[in-house]
Amino acid sequence: MDIKVLGTGCAKCKALEKAVTASVSELKLAAEVSKVEDIMEIMQFGVMNTPALVIDGKVVLSGRLPNDKELKNLLTQ
Amino acid sequence: MNEKVLTLKRINTTWIIPVLLLPLWVLVFINLENITDFLIYDLLGLEEGKHLTESIWFFVYEVPKVMLLLVLIVFIVGIVRSWFSPEKTRKALEGKSLFAGNVMASGLGILTPFCSCSAIPLFLGFVEAGIPIGVTFSFLIAAPLINEVALILLAGLFGWKVALIYVATGLVIATFSGFIIEKLKLQKYVADWVFQVKANQQNQSEEHLNFSDRIKIGIETVKDIVGKIWVYILIGIAVGAGAHGYVPEDALARIMGEGSWYAVPLAIMLGIPLYSNAAGIIPIVAVLMEKGVSLGTALAFMMSVIGLSLPEIIILKKVLKWQFIAIFVGIVALGIIIVGFTFNYIM
Repeated sequence: MDIKVLGTGCAKCKALEKAVTASVSELKLAAEVSKVEDIMEIMQFGVMNTPALVIDGKVVLSGRLPNDKELKNLLTQ
Repeated sequence: MNEKVLTLKRINTTWIIPVLLLPLWVLVFINLENITDFLIYDLLGLEEGKHLTESIWFFVYEVPKVMLLLVLIVFIVGIVRSWFSPEKTRKALEGKSLFAGNVMASGLGILTPFCSCSAIPLFLGFVEAGIPIGVTFSFLIAAPLINEVALILLAGLFGWKVALIYVATGLVIATFSGFIIEKLKLQKYVADWVFQVKANQQNQSEEHLNFSDRIKIGIETVKDIVGKIWVYILIGIAVGAGAHGYVPEDALARIMGEGSWYAVPLAIMLGIPLYSNAAGIIPIVAVLMEKGVSLGTALAFMMSVIGLSLPEIIILKKVLKWQFIAIFVGIVALGIIIVGFTFNYIM
Protein backbone atom coordinates (compact mmCIF):
# COMPACT_ATOMS: atom_id res chain seq x y z
CA MET A 1 0.00 0.00 0.00
CA ASP A 2 1.27 3.42 -0.89
CA ILE A 3 0.13 6.24 1.39
CA LYS A 4 0.81 9.90 0.74
CA VAL A 5 0.04 12.82 3.00
CA LEU A 6 -0.32 16.01 0.98
CA GLY A 7 0.35 19.28 2.74
CA THR A 8 2.31 22.47 2.42
CA GLY A 9 3.47 22.47 6.02
CA CYS A 10 0.54 23.75 8.05
CA ALA A 11 -0.11 22.48 11.55
CA LYS A 12 -2.91 20.16 10.46
CA CYS A 13 -0.75 18.62 7.74
CA LYS A 14 1.89 17.67 10.27
CA ALA A 15 -0.75 16.31 12.61
CA LEU A 16 -2.18 14.15 9.83
CA GLU A 17 1.21 12.73 8.92
CA LYS A 18 1.83 11.85 12.56
CA ALA A 19 -1.59 10.23 12.95
CA VAL A 20 -1.16 8.20 9.76
CA THR A 21 2.28 6.94 10.76
CA ALA A 22 0.98 5.99 14.19
CA SER A 23 -2.07 4.18 12.81
CA VAL A 24 -0.04 2.31 10.22
CA SER A 25 2.34 0.92 12.81
CA GLU A 26 -0.51 0.20 15.21
CA LEU A 27 -2.44 -1.74 12.58
CA LYS A 28 0.80 -3.33 11.36
CA LEU A 29 0.04 -2.45 7.76
CA ALA A 30 2.53 -3.10 5.03
CA ALA A 31 2.50 0.44 3.80
CA GLU A 32 4.89 3.14 2.79
CA VAL A 33 3.99 6.57 4.15
CA SER A 34 5.41 9.65 2.48
CA LYS A 35 4.81 13.35 2.75
CA VAL A 36 4.27 15.47 -0.38
CA GLU A 37 5.08 19.12 0.14
CA ASP A 38 5.72 20.23 -3.41
CA ILE A 39 2.81 22.32 -4.56
CA MET A 40 3.03 21.18 -8.19
CA GLU A 41 2.84 17.59 -7.09
CA ILE A 42 -0.07 18.31 -4.77
CA MET A 43 -1.93 19.90 -7.67
CA GLN A 44 -1.50 16.69 -9.65
CA PHE A 45 -3.97 15.12 -7.30
CA GLY A 46 -6.49 17.90 -7.82
CA VAL A 47 -6.49 18.75 -4.12
CA MET A 48 -7.40 22.30 -3.17
CA ASN A 49 -7.71 21.91 0.55
CA THR A 50 -4.80 20.57 2.54
CA PRO A 51 -4.13 18.33 4.37
CA ALA A 52 -5.14 15.49 2.09
CA LEU A 53 -4.67 11.76 2.29
CA VAL A 54 -3.89 9.70 -0.81
CA ILE A 55 -4.00 5.92 -0.71
CA ASP A 56 -2.71 4.06 -3.76
CA GLY A 57 -3.10 7.14 -5.92
CA LYS A 58 -6.64 7.91 -4.82
CA VAL A 59 -7.59 10.95 -2.76
CA VAL A 60 -9.63 9.65 0.16
CA LEU A 61 -9.77 12.73 2.32
CA SER A 62 -9.03 16.42 2.03
CA GLY A 63 -9.27 19.59 4.05
CA ARG A 64 -9.69 18.15 7.50
CA LEU A 65 -8.19 15.95 10.12
CA PRO A 66 -10.04 12.65 10.55
CA ASN A 67 -10.53 11.23 14.01
CA ASP A 68 -8.74 8.06 14.97
CA LYS A 69 -11.59 5.72 14.08
CA GLU A 70 -12.25 7.29 10.69
CA LEU A 71 -8.57 7.22 9.81
CA LYS A 72 -8.28 3.53 10.64
CA ASN A 73 -11.36 2.85 8.57
CA LEU A 74 -9.80 4.62 5.61
CA LEU A 75 -6.54 2.75 6.01
CA THR A 76 -8.10 -0.68 6.22
CA GLN A 77 -10.58 -0.30 3.40
CA MET B 1 -31.82 -5.20 7.63
CA ASN B 2 -29.14 -5.44 10.20
CA GLU B 3 -27.35 -2.49 8.75
CA LYS B 4 -30.47 -0.35 8.87
CA VAL B 5 -30.95 -0.98 12.57
CA LEU B 6 -27.36 -0.03 13.13
CA THR B 7 -27.72 3.24 11.23
CA LEU B 8 -30.81 4.19 13.18
CA LYS B 9 -29.02 3.56 16.41
CA ARG B 10 -26.18 5.75 15.29
CA ILE B 11 -28.47 8.63 14.41
CA ASN B 12 -30.13 8.45 17.81
CA THR B 13 -26.93 8.60 19.78
CA THR B 14 -25.51 11.51 17.83
CA TRP B 15 -28.71 13.48 18.14
CA ILE B 16 -28.92 13.11 21.90
CA ILE B 17 -26.02 15.38 22.76
CA PRO B 18 -27.20 18.57 21.00
CA VAL B 19 -30.87 17.98 21.82
CA LEU B 20 -30.15 17.57 25.52
CA LEU B 21 -27.78 20.48 25.64
CA LEU B 22 -29.96 23.01 23.86
CA PRO B 23 -32.52 23.66 26.67
CA LEU B 24 -29.69 23.88 29.17
CA TRP B 25 -27.95 26.35 26.88
CA VAL B 26 -31.05 28.54 26.63
CA LEU B 27 -31.66 28.39 30.38
CA VAL B 28 -28.13 29.48 31.27
CA PHE B 29 -27.98 32.09 28.53
CA ILE B 30 -31.15 33.98 29.49
CA ASN B 31 -30.31 33.88 33.19
CA LEU B 32 -26.67 34.78 32.84
CA GLU B 33 -27.02 38.30 34.22
CA ASN B 34 -28.87 37.05 37.30
CA ILE B 35 -26.37 34.28 37.84
CA THR B 36 -23.49 36.76 37.61
CA ASP B 37 -25.21 39.16 40.02
CA PHE B 38 -25.76 36.32 42.45
CA LEU B 39 -22.15 35.15 42.24
CA ILE B 40 -20.60 38.58 42.55
CA TYR B 41 -22.84 40.39 45.04
CA ASP B 42 -24.41 37.61 47.10
CA LEU B 43 -21.92 34.80 47.10
CA LEU B 44 -18.67 36.79 47.04
CA GLY B 45 -20.22 39.82 48.72
CA LEU B 46 -18.35 42.33 46.58
CA GLU B 47 -19.28 45.97 46.91
CA GLU B 48 -21.33 47.46 44.10
CA GLY B 49 -19.96 50.39 42.15
CA LYS B 50 -16.29 49.78 42.83
CA HIS B 51 -13.83 49.60 39.90
CA LEU B 52 -12.59 46.16 40.88
CA THR B 53 -16.11 44.79 41.27
CA GLU B 54 -17.09 46.16 37.88
CA SER B 55 -14.07 44.55 36.23
CA ILE B 56 -14.76 41.20 37.87
CA TRP B 57 -18.46 41.38 37.02
CA PHE B 58 -17.64 42.09 33.37
CA PHE B 59 -15.25 39.14 33.19
CA VAL B 60 -17.54 36.67 34.97
CA TYR B 61 -20.45 37.71 32.75
CA GLU B 62 -18.70 37.98 29.36
CA VAL B 63 -16.67 34.76 29.41
CA PRO B 64 -19.61 32.33 29.66
CA LYS B 65 -21.75 34.53 27.39
CA VAL B 66 -19.19 34.58 24.61
CA MET B 67 -18.38 30.89 25.07
CA LEU B 68 -22.05 29.90 24.88
CA LEU B 69 -22.58 31.91 21.71
CA LEU B 70 -19.36 30.59 20.26
CA VAL B 71 -20.18 26.92 20.84
CA LEU B 72 -23.69 27.24 19.38
CA ILE B 73 -22.78 29.21 16.27
CA VAL B 74 -19.59 27.29 15.51
CA PHE B 75 -21.62 24.09 15.77
CA ILE B 76 -24.23 25.40 13.31
CA VAL B 77 -21.55 26.76 10.97
CA GLY B 78 -19.74 23.42 11.10
CA ILE B 79 -22.90 21.62 10.01
CA VAL B 80 -23.74 24.13 7.28
CA ARG B 81 -20.19 23.99 5.92
CA SER B 82 -20.35 20.21 5.61
CA TRP B 83 -22.47 20.81 2.50
CA PHE B 84 -19.76 22.96 0.93
CA SER B 85 -16.24 22.26 -0.30
CA PRO B 86 -13.69 24.11 -2.42
CA GLU B 87 -14.37 21.62 -5.22
CA LYS B 88 -18.10 22.38 -5.25
CA THR B 89 -17.43 26.09 -4.98
CA ARG B 90 -15.13 25.93 -7.96
CA LYS B 91 -17.74 24.10 -9.96
CA ALA B 92 -20.37 26.68 -9.02
CA LEU B 93 -18.13 29.53 -10.10
CA GLU B 94 -17.06 28.08 -13.44
CA GLY B 95 -18.35 30.04 -16.39
CA LYS B 96 -20.08 32.72 -14.31
CA SER B 97 -20.07 36.22 -15.77
CA LEU B 98 -17.75 38.66 -14.10
CA PHE B 99 -19.81 40.67 -11.64
CA ALA B 100 -22.20 37.85 -10.73
CA GLY B 101 -19.14 35.65 -10.25
CA ASN B 102 -17.66 38.17 -7.80
CA VAL B 103 -20.87 38.34 -5.79
CA MET B 104 -21.15 34.56 -5.65
CA ALA B 105 -17.49 34.07 -4.81
CA SER B 106 -17.78 36.49 -1.89
CA GLY B 107 -20.82 34.66 -0.53
CA LEU B 108 -19.21 31.25 -1.00
CA GLY B 109 -16.11 32.61 0.73
CA ILE B 110 -18.14 32.71 3.93
CA LEU B 111 -19.64 29.24 3.56
CA THR B 112 -16.78 27.18 2.18
CA PRO B 113 -14.52 25.56 4.76
CA PHE B 114 -11.13 27.05 4.04
CA CYS B 115 -7.86 27.53 5.85
CA SER B 116 -5.54 30.28 4.71
CA CYS B 117 -2.72 27.73 4.62
CA SER B 118 -4.57 26.23 1.60
CA ALA B 119 -4.65 29.58 -0.23
CA ILE B 120 -2.09 28.48 -2.83
CA PRO B 121 -3.63 25.13 -3.88
CA LEU B 122 -7.02 26.82 -3.95
CA PHE B 123 -5.74 29.71 -6.05
CA LEU B 124 -4.07 27.30 -8.49
CA GLY B 125 -7.13 25.09 -8.64
CA PHE B 126 -9.39 28.03 -9.45
CA VAL B 127 -7.06 29.51 -12.07
CA GLU B 128 -6.65 26.11 -13.69
CA ALA B 129 -10.43 25.76 -13.99
CA GLY B 130 -10.54 29.05 -15.88
CA ILE B 131 -12.16 31.07 -13.11
CA PRO B 132 -11.13 34.72 -13.54
CA ILE B 133 -8.47 35.98 -11.14
CA GLY B 134 -10.79 38.73 -9.89
CA VAL B 135 -13.47 36.20 -8.98
CA THR B 136 -10.88 34.03 -7.25
CA PHE B 137 -9.80 37.07 -5.28
CA SER B 138 -13.33 37.86 -4.19
CA PHE B 139 -13.27 34.42 -2.60
CA LEU B 140 -9.83 34.85 -1.07
CA ILE B 141 -10.76 38.23 0.39
CA ALA B 142 -14.15 37.19 1.79
CA ALA B 143 -12.98 33.94 3.37
CA PRO B 144 -10.82 35.45 6.12
CA LEU B 145 -12.52 38.85 6.25
CA ILE B 146 -15.97 37.55 7.11
CA ASN B 147 -15.41 35.23 9.96
CA GLU B 148 -18.02 33.37 11.98
CA VAL B 149 -16.19 33.92 15.25
CA ALA B 150 -16.05 37.65 14.61
CA LEU B 151 -19.73 37.62 13.72
CA ILE B 152 -20.74 35.97 17.01
CA LEU B 153 -18.55 38.16 19.13
CA LEU B 154 -19.81 41.31 17.46
CA ALA B 155 -23.39 40.15 17.93
CA GLY B 156 -22.71 39.27 21.56
CA LEU B 157 -20.93 42.47 22.45
CA PHE B 158 -22.69 45.06 20.26
CA GLY B 159 -25.89 43.44 19.07
CA TRP B 160 -27.02 41.92 15.79
CA LYS B 161 -27.21 45.21 13.93
CA VAL B 162 -23.46 45.75 14.13
CA ALA B 163 -22.86 42.09 13.27
CA LEU B 164 -25.00 42.34 10.13
CA ILE B 165 -23.31 45.59 9.11
CA TYR B 166 -20.01 43.76 9.41
CA VAL B 167 -21.12 40.91 7.13
CA ALA B 168 -22.74 43.22 4.57
CA THR B 169 -19.78 45.58 4.29
CA GLY B 170 -17.39 42.62 4.19
CA LEU B 171 -19.30 41.19 1.22
CA VAL B 172 -19.27 44.55 -0.55
CA ILE B 173 -15.51 44.94 -0.05
CA ALA B 174 -14.79 41.40 -1.30
CA THR B 175 -17.07 41.76 -4.33
CA PHE B 176 -15.76 45.11 -5.50
CA SER B 177 -12.11 44.47 -4.71
CA GLY B 178 -12.23 41.31 -6.82
CA PHE B 179 -14.08 43.13 -9.58
CA ILE B 180 -11.51 45.93 -9.68
CA ILE B 181 -8.60 43.47 -9.59
CA GLU B 182 -10.07 41.77 -12.69
CA LYS B 183 -10.64 45.08 -14.49
CA LEU B 184 -7.04 46.13 -13.86
CA LYS B 185 -5.87 43.06 -15.81
CA LEU B 186 -3.21 42.02 -13.35
CA GLN B 187 -2.51 38.65 -15.01
CA LYS B 188 0.98 39.81 -15.96
CA TYR B 189 1.80 40.07 -12.26
CA VAL B 190 0.96 36.46 -11.54
CA ALA B 191 4.00 34.18 -11.34
CA ASP B 192 4.46 32.61 -14.80
CA TRP B 193 4.51 29.00 -13.64
CA VAL B 194 0.96 29.32 -12.31
CA PHE B 195 -0.52 29.07 -15.78
CA GLN B 196 1.45 25.93 -16.55
CA VAL B 197 -0.02 23.95 -13.68
CA LYS B 198 -2.02 21.03 -14.93
CA ALA B 199 -4.27 19.98 -12.17
CA ASN B 200 -6.08 16.74 -12.21
CA GLN B 201 -9.67 17.66 -11.53
CA GLN B 202 -11.74 14.52 -11.24
CA ASN B 203 -9.75 12.35 -8.95
CA GLN B 204 -11.59 12.68 -5.70
CA SER B 205 -14.61 10.61 -4.95
CA GLU B 206 -17.32 12.53 -3.17
CA GLU B 207 -17.85 11.87 0.46
CA HIS B 208 -21.34 10.76 1.28
CA LEU B 209 -22.49 12.10 4.57
CA ASN B 210 -25.73 11.42 6.36
CA PHE B 211 -27.18 13.81 8.89
CA SER B 212 -25.57 12.19 11.90
CA ASP B 213 -22.19 12.48 10.16
CA ARG B 214 -22.87 16.19 9.77
CA ILE B 215 -23.72 16.54 13.45
CA LYS B 216 -20.46 14.81 14.22
CA ILE B 217 -18.65 17.25 11.95
CA GLY B 218 -20.37 20.08 13.85
CA ILE B 219 -19.14 18.71 17.16
CA GLU B 220 -15.62 18.22 15.76
CA THR B 221 -15.63 21.81 14.48
CA VAL B 222 -16.57 23.09 17.92
CA LYS B 223 -13.78 21.08 19.55
CA ASP B 224 -11.31 22.25 16.94
CA ILE B 225 -12.14 25.96 16.89
CA VAL B 226 -13.05 26.49 20.53
CA GLY B 227 -10.06 24.40 21.58
CA LYS B 228 -7.81 26.68 19.56
CA ILE B 229 -9.18 30.08 20.54
CA TRP B 230 -10.48 29.89 24.10
CA VAL B 231 -7.21 31.25 25.49
CA TYR B 232 -7.41 34.29 23.22
CA ILE B 233 -10.97 34.89 24.31
CA LEU B 234 -10.01 34.76 27.98
CA ILE B 235 -7.12 37.15 27.43
CA GLY B 236 -9.20 39.46 25.26
CA ILE B 237 -12.02 39.62 27.77
CA ALA B 238 -9.58 40.06 30.66
CA VAL B 239 -8.07 43.06 28.84
CA GLY B 240 -11.59 44.28 28.22
CA ALA B 241 -12.55 43.81 31.85
CA GLY B 242 -9.50 45.70 33.04
CA ALA B 243 -10.25 48.63 30.79
CA HIS B 244 -13.93 48.43 31.67
CA GLY B 245 -13.22 49.18 35.29
CA TYR B 246 -10.18 51.39 35.13
CA VAL B 247 -9.60 53.30 31.92
CA PRO B 248 -11.62 56.51 32.04
CA GLU B 249 -14.44 56.65 29.57
CA ASP B 250 -13.80 58.63 26.42
CA ALA B 251 -10.07 58.44 27.05
CA LEU B 252 -9.52 57.64 23.39
CA ALA B 253 -12.33 59.75 22.02
CA ARG B 254 -10.15 62.73 21.31
CA ILE B 255 -7.50 60.93 19.24
CA MET B 256 -9.62 58.18 17.70
CA GLY B 257 -13.16 59.56 17.87
CA GLU B 258 -15.47 60.64 15.11
CA GLY B 259 -13.99 64.11 14.86
CA SER B 260 -10.55 63.10 13.66
CA TRP B 261 -10.31 62.33 9.96
CA TYR B 262 -7.07 60.38 10.31
CA ALA B 263 -8.54 57.86 12.77
CA VAL B 264 -9.65 55.33 10.13
CA PRO B 265 -6.46 55.24 8.01
CA LEU B 266 -4.41 55.15 11.21
CA ALA B 267 -6.42 52.21 12.53
CA ILE B 268 -5.86 50.31 9.27
CA MET B 269 -2.15 51.05 9.16
CA LEU B 270 -1.91 49.65 12.67
CA GLY B 271 -4.08 46.69 11.77
CA ILE B 272 -2.34 45.29 8.68
CA PRO B 273 0.94 44.16 10.28
CA LEU B 274 -0.93 42.95 13.35
CA TYR B 275 -2.12 39.44 13.02
CA SER B 276 -4.61 37.95 15.37
CA ASN B 277 -7.54 35.68 15.03
CA ALA B 278 -10.97 37.23 15.30
CA ALA B 279 -11.49 35.97 18.83
CA GLY B 280 -8.51 37.78 20.24
CA ILE B 281 -9.17 41.10 18.57
CA ILE B 282 -12.83 41.69 19.30
CA PRO B 283 -12.76 42.21 23.05
CA ILE B 284 -10.05 44.78 22.37
CA VAL B 285 -12.30 46.40 19.80
CA ALA B 286 -15.05 46.40 22.43
CA VAL B 287 -12.82 48.31 24.80
CA LEU B 288 -11.81 50.78 22.10
CA MET B 289 -15.46 51.49 21.40
CA GLU B 290 -16.40 51.81 25.01
CA LYS B 291 -13.65 54.33 25.51
CA GLY B 292 -14.86 56.56 22.73
CA VAL B 293 -13.47 55.16 19.49
CA SER B 294 -16.24 55.36 16.92
CA LEU B 295 -17.87 52.29 15.34
CA GLY B 296 -16.45 52.86 11.85
CA THR B 297 -12.91 53.20 13.13
CA ALA B 298 -13.20 50.14 15.37
CA LEU B 299 -14.70 48.06 12.55
CA ALA B 300 -11.97 49.18 10.15
CA PHE B 301 -9.32 48.22 12.68
CA MET B 302 -10.84 44.80 13.16
CA MET B 303 -11.24 44.15 9.45
CA SER B 304 -7.66 45.10 8.65
CA VAL B 305 -6.35 42.84 11.40
CA ILE B 306 -8.28 39.74 10.34
CA GLY B 307 -8.73 40.41 6.60
CA LEU B 308 -5.28 41.60 5.65
CA SER B 309 -2.54 39.73 7.37
CA LEU B 310 1.17 39.48 6.85
CA PRO B 311 1.26 35.65 6.96
CA GLU B 312 -1.32 35.44 4.18
CA ILE B 313 0.55 38.00 2.11
CA ILE B 314 3.74 35.96 2.51
CA ILE B 315 1.91 32.82 1.38
CA LEU B 316 0.50 34.62 -1.67
CA LYS B 317 3.95 35.94 -2.57
CA LYS B 318 4.69 32.45 -3.92
CA VAL B 319 2.21 32.88 -6.76
CA LEU B 320 1.97 36.65 -7.14
CA LYS B 321 4.53 39.28 -7.98
CA TRP B 322 4.90 42.13 -5.50
CA GLN B 323 3.08 44.59 -7.77
CA PHE B 324 -0.02 42.41 -7.57
CA ILE B 325 0.25 42.10 -3.80
CA ALA B 326 0.67 45.86 -3.41
CA ILE B 327 -2.42 46.52 -5.54
CA PHE B 328 -4.39 43.83 -3.69
CA VAL B 329 -3.54 45.23 -0.25
CA GLY B 330 -4.15 48.77 -1.50
CA ILE B 331 -7.60 48.01 -2.89
CA VAL B 332 -8.79 46.09 0.15
CA ALA B 333 -7.39 48.74 2.51
CA LEU B 334 -9.17 51.41 0.48
CA GLY B 335 -12.41 49.44 0.75
CA ILE B 336 -12.02 49.21 4.51
CA ILE B 337 -11.27 52.94 4.72
CA ILE B 338 -14.47 53.72 2.83
CA VAL B 339 -16.47 51.46 5.17
CA GLY B 340 -14.86 53.13 8.20
CA PHE B 341 -15.61 56.65 6.99
CA THR B 342 -19.15 55.76 5.97
CA PHE B 343 -19.96 54.43 9.44
CA ASN B 344 -18.32 57.28 11.25
CA TYR B 345 -20.38 59.61 9.11
CA ILE B 346 -23.79 57.96 9.39
CA MET B 347 -23.75 56.58 12.92
